[in-house]
Amino acid sequence: MESIELLINRKKVKVEVDSNTPLLWVLRDHLSLVGTKYGCGIAQCGACTVWLDGEPMRSCVLPVSAVGKSAVTTIEGLNEKAEHPVQVAWDELDVPQCGYCQAGQIMTAAALLKKNPKPSHDDIVAGMSGNICRCGTYHRIHNAVKRASEIASASNSSKKK
Amino acid sequence: MKTTRRSFIQKTALLSGVFSLGFDWFESKANAGIIQQMNPVLDANRFNAFLSIENTGKVILYSPNPEIGQGIKTAFPIVVAEELDVDWKQVEVRQANLDTQLFERQVTGGSGALKHSWERLRKAGATARQMLVQAAAQQWGVDAISCKTSKGFVIGPNKGQKLAYGALVDAASKLPVPSEVTYKSRSDYQLIGSFVKGVDNYKVLTGKPQYGLDTQKSGMVVAQIVRPPAFGSTLVSFDAAEVKKMPGIIDVVSFKNKVAVVGKSTWEVMQARKKLVCSYSDTSNLESDSTHQKWFDEGMKTDKVKVERKDGDFHAAIAKAAKVIEATYECPFLSHTPMEPMNFFADVRPGSILLAGPTQVPQSAQKAVATLLGVPENTIQVELTKMGGGFGRRLNNDYALEAAELSSIIKMPVKVMWTREDDMTGGIYRPAVRYHFKAGLNEKGEMIAFYLRGVGLNAGNSTRQDNFPVGAIDNVLIESFNYNSAITTGPWRAPITNFLASAEQSFLDEVAAAAGKDPIQMRLDWLQKVKTNPVGKITYEPDRFIEVIKQVAEKAKWGKKGANVHQGFSVYFSHLSYVAQVAEAKIVDGEAKVTHLTAVTDCGEVINRSGAENQVIGGIIDGYGHAMFSKLSFDKGVPQQKNFDTYKLIRGNEIPTVEAHFVNNGIAPTGLGEPALPPTGGAVANALFAATKKRLYRQPFAGPDNANL
Ligand code: FES
Ligand code: FES
Repeated sequence: MESIELLINRKKVKVEVDSNTPLLWVLRDHLSLVGTKYGCGIAQCGACTVWLDGEPMRSCVLPVSAVGKSAVTTIEGLNEKAEHPVQVAWDELDVPQCGYCQAGQIMTAAALLKKNPKPSHDDIVAGMSGNICRCGTYHRIHNAVKRASEIASASNSSKKK
Repeated sequence: MKTTRRSFIQKTALLSGVFSLGFDWFESKANAGIIQQMNPVLDANRFNAFLSIENTGKVILYSPNPEIGQGIKTAFPIVVAEELDVDWKQVEVRQANLDTQLFERQVTGGSGALKHSWERLRKAGATARQMLVQAAAQQWGVDAISCKTSKGFVIGPNKGQKLAYGALVDAASKLPVPSEVTYKSRSDYQLIGSFVKGVDNYKVLTGKPQYGLDTQKSGMVVAQIVRPPAFGSTLVSFDAAEVKKMPGIIDVVSFKNKVAVVGKSTWEVMQARKKLVCSYSDTSNLESDSTHQKWFDEGMKTDKVKVERKDGDFHAAIAKAAKVIEATYECPFLSHTPMEPMNFFADVRPGSILLAGPTQVPQSAQKAVATLLGVPENTIQVELTKMGGGFGRRLNNDYALEAAELSSIIKMPVKVMWTREDDMTGGIYRPAVRYHFKAGLNEKGEMIAFYLRGVGLNAGNSTRQDNFPVGAIDNVLIESFNYNSAITTGPWRAPITNFLASAEQSFLDEVAAAAGKDPIQMRLDWLQKVKTNPVGKITYEPDRFIEVIKQVAEKAKWGKKGANVHQGFSVYFSHLSYVAQVAEAKIVDGEAKVTHLTAVTDCGEVINRSGAENQVIGGIIDGYGHAMFSKLSFDKGVPQQKNFDTYKLIRGNEIPTVEAHFVNNGIAPTGLGEPALPPTGGAVANALFAATKKRLYRQPFAGPDNANL
């Protein structure tokens, strides 16, 4: 057991856990942040995707000791009012079926758009193909990433004005 | 539509300002018991009336059916809200917990939920609306007939007569429940058939706890269960000494061939279970893929089959056929792999039991736990959580029973979680099946004889003997043979038809080719015959079949897409819905690739366009992905794929584009969670044949047995 300090969703927290514990289980079991999902535990499905300093990571294979001072962002910290362009687009296109994979999809998509604000269709498909959706919502996911990019660029240009 | 007095329970609001209408699903049951059941003081969490309206105008609708991603929690309320005539924005939908007194069919499976409830939902909405209108009419001293409603308001005949439902709540709740109600006419629908977003979207998008695995209760411990690695193995003994030394471990107990490791946190349990040493004894014949192949071979030869259907004389007809076509098709076991693995919470105390978790059949969980623990059913409360998919897996409550049994042993509230490996290797699979088809054609190329034998492993009757083209063919023989395997199986999205349709629709393509006929025209000719001169019992409506076929031919531009687009057709009737599909394949860099699918669905009235599209497209991707890629194989009883690194599910870079069209004919709605899946495998195989001239007889098509793909 170790006492570990983490910066999660802009808040400092302290947990007492074995330092090998994957971040996923620290979030879910110790911090009651259950929005991040378990799907496979071996970095295959993307359900557990969170950000480490803005970079998408598979939290199921990331030991909490490796987080260090990096800022962790989970689905709960993306935008609580669901106003992030990706969340808005996801709702507008009604992407979720069972919804279980969607936190991971959304965190992946939002990270993708930060790097590449105007992705081509091929960029989107390639960027999202690491995340499994068992319900088969892939078409709407791809369309929603595109839509999110439009929403983001519209709000950016209106901010500039 | 007539309402018997007893079918509604009106809840006169003791707490003023709320009008609630409870819908008595059991018309035969006396009311008294039910009224007692209902909490006299309106407690939003416990009160399970079907709809209630607050005097603020807010409408609360309770969705009784478990939500697995099929959209029922949105679709049901749409129907009520439509007939009630309220603004969708004023509606809040809540998941009702299991209550066998108030709700009749709290089951998700078989695509039957909406069909079952259509009339009842409409009646619930229309009855409340009529009472609100009556209340307004009395207040204004006008005839109710002269009033109308719009988006949560009653509007009277005279100027200025407009009252919000919320203002009428008290008066309406004192009125008698009308015995007869009128429904909206279809042309006035505003919600039904529109694009309505999922009611849980906000929670999903912001990561709010709602799934079974998210369950946290005070004093709760977590557990994982080690099951025998091979089907056919029995636990003899185990040594948990090392496990118990691991941090966070509370207990290790054994029941029914299983060892449960109980601890404080998921990761600690995951680590500790690795230290468990178990010894197992094996049955003499642990099954491998080769065993199954042998059984299929035997099953194809045995004369101990069950005859499922017989029309005319197949043997005589095939003997004089001018041409005989035969083919054999086979599919492997499949895991359901919903994204959220199995899990359940149980808190078993003397005299009261709380269960919570993802199940498609909460009532049978309640019953089974009552039997298991020898307690009365009414001491067991079941909370329904949202489900991260089900695909049929959660029709089997084995994991809920485990949780209950474990809690009763350790006397603690416990959440049992299956890891992905547990989920994939823990049983209840889509059964492996082999089919053999035979068709006899006369000189004119007409099919005069049709034969099917299905050999399944724990599949029961692996045929659907009354399905089209049966009914159009004079001489038919359908047989099934089942092997009892140690590998456990259960319904998997579109049970049996998920592969039967693929095999059959591929075979009919071969028949059409042999007969020199267009595969679409061949079906249309048969359906014409069914209309005028059906053979034996018919379970489908030929006109609805004809309509989806004609529409898909038109939408997909059948035969008109040029030489580089290779099309494959299929059509199937299941779960009372009709779906026709055309798949397109192209040769890309020398390889055949499925690029597009067009589907036309007749599921009667489309309730929610968004949800309906999701179900059809999702079903097609599911059907396509599993037909192409997925397989669970066995070696000495042990599943060889344990996680997504070896068990392949389709990913976003492997999908064809899909177009989903609906006939939307206003007939009472039928299932949608399943029917789009069965036709896909056949359409895909036929398109790939058109592209490569190679027939595909084994799933997965992209597996080593079909190496040219
Ligand atoms: S749970 Fe982490 S990638 Fe699947
Ligand atoms: S929405 Fe169900 S797994 Fe993606």
